[in-house]
Amino acid sequence: MKCFALFAVFITGGLLLFGTADFPEQGDPHSPPNAGIPGDGVSISHYYLTQTEKDTHVPNVVTAVLADYRGYDTLFETVVIFAAGMAIFAILRVSGEPRKRHRPITDSSINGDHRRIIIGTTCRLLIPVIQLFALYVVAHGHHSPGGGFQGGVILGASFILFALANNLTAALQRFSEKTFMNLACLGILIYAGFGIFCQFLEHNFLDYGVLQKIFHTADPQMARSHSMLGVEIGVAFTVTAIMFAIYANLSSKGELDNGL
Amino acid sequence: MSDFFLNIIRPDFNFWIYVILMMIGLWAVIAKRNLIKKLIGLSIFQTAIILFYVSLGVKEGATIPIVEHHSGPGHPLEERTIDPEKYANPVPHVLMLTAIVVGVSTLGVALAVAQSLFNDFGTLEEDEILARLKMDPELNRRSNSSTHV
Amino acid sequence: MSEQLPVIIVLAPLFGALVVGLAGPKDHRVCFPAVLASLLVSFCAAIAVAWHVHTNGVINYFVGGWESPRGIGIQIRIDQLNALVLIVIGVVSVLVSIFSIRPVGDGRAGKTPQFYTLYCLLCVGLFGMTVTGDAFNLFVLVEVSSLTSYALIAMGNRPRGTLAAFNYILMGTVGASFYLLGVGYIYLSTGALNMEQIHSIIAMPEVAQSNSIKVAFIFILVGVWTKMAFFPLHGWLPNAYSYCPASTSCLLAPLMTKVSVYVMIRVILSIFGAEWVFGHTGWSNLVVWLGVIAIMAGSILALAQRELKKMLCYLIVAEVGYMVGGAWLADEGNWGLTGAVFHILGDSLMTLSVFLVASIFAKKIKATRLEDLEGLFKRMPLVMAGFVTAALALIGVPPTCGFYSKFYLIRGAMDSGHWEYVIALILSSLVNAVLFFRIFEIAYFGNKPAASHGHDEAKQGGEDDLTLSGQGAPFTFLFPLLTSAALIVILGIYNGEVVEFIRIVTAPK
Repeated sequence: MKCFALFAVFITGGLLLFGTADFPEQGDPHSPPNAGIPGDGVSISHYYLTQTEKDTHVPNVVTAVLADYRGYDTLFETVVIFAAGMAIFAILRVSGEPRKRHRPITDSSINGDHRRIIIGTTCRLLIPVIQLFALYVVAHGHHSPGGGFQGGVILGASFILFALANNLTAALQRFSEKTFMNLACLGILIYAGFGIFCQFLEHNFLDYGVLQKIFHTADPQMARSHSMLGVEIGVAFTVTAIMFAIYANLSSKGELDNGL
Repeated sequence: MSDFFLNIIRPDFNFWIYVILMMIGLWAVIAKRNLIKKLIGLSIFQTAIILFYVSLGVKEGATIPIVEHHSGPGHPLEERTIDPEKYANPVPHVLMLTAIVVGVSTLGVALAVAQSLFNDFGTLEEDEILARLKMDPELNRRSNSSTHV
Repeated sequence: MSEQLPVIIVLAPLFGALVVGLAGPKDHRVCFPAVLASLLVSFCAAIAVAWHVHTNGVINYFVGGWESPRGIGIQIRIDQLNALVLIVIGVVSVLVSIFSIRPVGDGRAGKTPQFYTLYCLLCVGLFGMTVTGDAFNLFVLVEVSSLTSYALIAMGNRPRGTLAAFNYILMGTVGASFYLLGVGYIYLSTGALNMEQIHSIIAMPEVAQSNSIKVAFIFILVGVWTKMAFFPLHGWLPNAYSYCPASTSCLLAPLMTKVSVYVMIRVILSIFGAEWVFGHTGWSNLVVWLGVIAIMAGSILALAQRELKKMLCYLIVAEVGYMVGGAWLADEGNWGLTGAVFHILGDSLMTLSVFLVASIFAKKIKATRLEDLEGLFKRMPLVMAGFVTAALALIGVPPTCGFYSKFYLIRGAMDSGHWEYVIALILSSLVNAVLFFRIFEIAYFGNKPAASHGHDEAKQGGEDDLTLSGQGAPFTFLFPLLTSAALIVILGIYNGEVVEFIRIVTAPK
């Protein structure tokens, strides 16, 4: 098997390197992705860099492309994460009463357990800050690197930190299975809902400019900016819920009891 | 020898690094016996592809693709010209945000499947699992019936 | 509203999945109606869109309203090819959802909402793959359908199903990553992601010669071949489809591989262009030989199997060989390509029928091996009628669609001089005849009922009394089977009109 693997790897690597022979130079501002092919007009990245602020009033070009120009892709990316959460639930989750454990179930109180004082206090101080930072990342995605995915992962990580520091049962008391499953569906509903709403107003799917009538903004571009925030919030909901769902199911082998 | 290095590798040396990383990952997926090592190889392979894509958008001396935001009176948008050469290409970043998320989701599902296999077999070595499948008549009997969903 | 139909085809199952995800865990009875309603909406929208394409021509839809300059938004493009594939996906998904009511109800009842959510998301992925006109969007939707199919397979038979799912995950992800690498090479050479834009750039002579475009094509092709289980990248298919749940195999087997063949044809026609691809004649000869090897390997391996579902899986491998070899024949009239597209449509229906039959046998009388099928002509006559129709179509007997697709493929092969392909087609039809007549013989002349298996499984499910009463299969099993068998014959009878429709795209300009 190892010889076959080496052979396959050499052929594949050789082909890939053969293809790099006529690549443009690294960092060349006039390469096809950056400046386009002569004879075909400007490249899409040229358009995005120069026109994004006029079209959407959002300075962060990456967020604008992700949530507006190529928002259809982002919708399905969120669907992928949602499907992964459903999949892990379907594969691992063992329903019914958790089996009786030999060691007593520890509660979330840290009194009386000296080792827990350091971890518990640190988490108690840090987790609110982490969550606030996550909300900041989501909300400020228009002006600085950030957005729904990044903020959602940080928010999910704060719950995972809580579950690691105490135990999974305590975390589930605060963020139960029903809650996170519903939150995940709600996130996608928000995203697709924005798109479908635009269709009700006789425009194409995810054509946010028409929502100017609903948001009463000064121009359609501002409506695009607000809708981008709306869909990023939907994405953040789904990502938070699924990140925690993946952790909960994987760490407890589907039983959702004490976890690690 | 130095001719080879200077003329062939040095202009594209970043692509050589990405391809070598990809091939390390691909080799691990095919050749390793342990299921988790295969998954790690898959992860290395996907990460190398992400690095390759991000390098496509680099421009010499450019900054991140967030245009400077001067709003308010006195700075009408129509008069500003933005020089695209000063900003990095945003498209590979966008594509790779999607690819990272897809990679993480696949890794999550694969780990769940691996954990389910570990629950059934008690081992994560591929050859042990296959040997146990051949030998164990209980598993053979249970798996021959298709009474599941 | 009718301009919005292209995207409604993709979104309706998404909303179905959300309804099942939100309301399903509370009450399982809401799952099936929600799924059926959303899939029927997609199916009706697919028919409306196909009618629109027939009367008005190609439909272009720009998500987000970003129509120009070309390429800044994501384009949905429906031409004659997609329209037919969309209808087939709609038909298969609706029929299998009707079939799945009973098996899902008897099986793991606690996971019904998750099963139906994943089912709807798989349909979203398949519809989306078919309509998209953007190369990177295709990757995302391939991953949506792949991820849900990994999960649906892993929900099956433990532990063989989970091991099969794991191998499928590894091979499928490597294949999708190869596709992504290919798109990266294309992006670096052309700066575009929109399929039409890439096509117009590759048509320029200085770009057409470049090495990176050739390497991009090879990697995209290998990635798509992994997804369609083209020999020798087929290793994941027999185990994955044999050990997965019954309804899952009925949904995945007809659709995943055939939609991947459609993706390959779309890549050839719309991204790279038939002139560029078939201009390299060495390549088309090589791929036709690979197709011939796939056909022979699939047929021979099918002969060696003792289990019904495994045998059918190897037949899928052979059918994929027909389609890939046929698409690459590169004859002047493009009859090979036309035959391959027609075969996509017909083969989905044929595979659906045989897998439905195999699942009905497995569920009703617990028969999975060929010897267990004794005496079934008397006991389940309607099911056997559907099986005979599908078998005749796979062998290639008129007036079923199988005969006509082989006819067009052979015509293309003779025009282009690929006699090895003609011989392989004829030999594999003979092998199919041997395989199926062997089953007909066992089913017709045997008189030992397969009741002994009923005792082992008495604890599971409540269908034991039905196994011995010999009443045949219930309505939800029979309706999908007989409908697909009828469609096989109807497609065969109307092959002329359908091929004319396909030729609008595939005939040489």
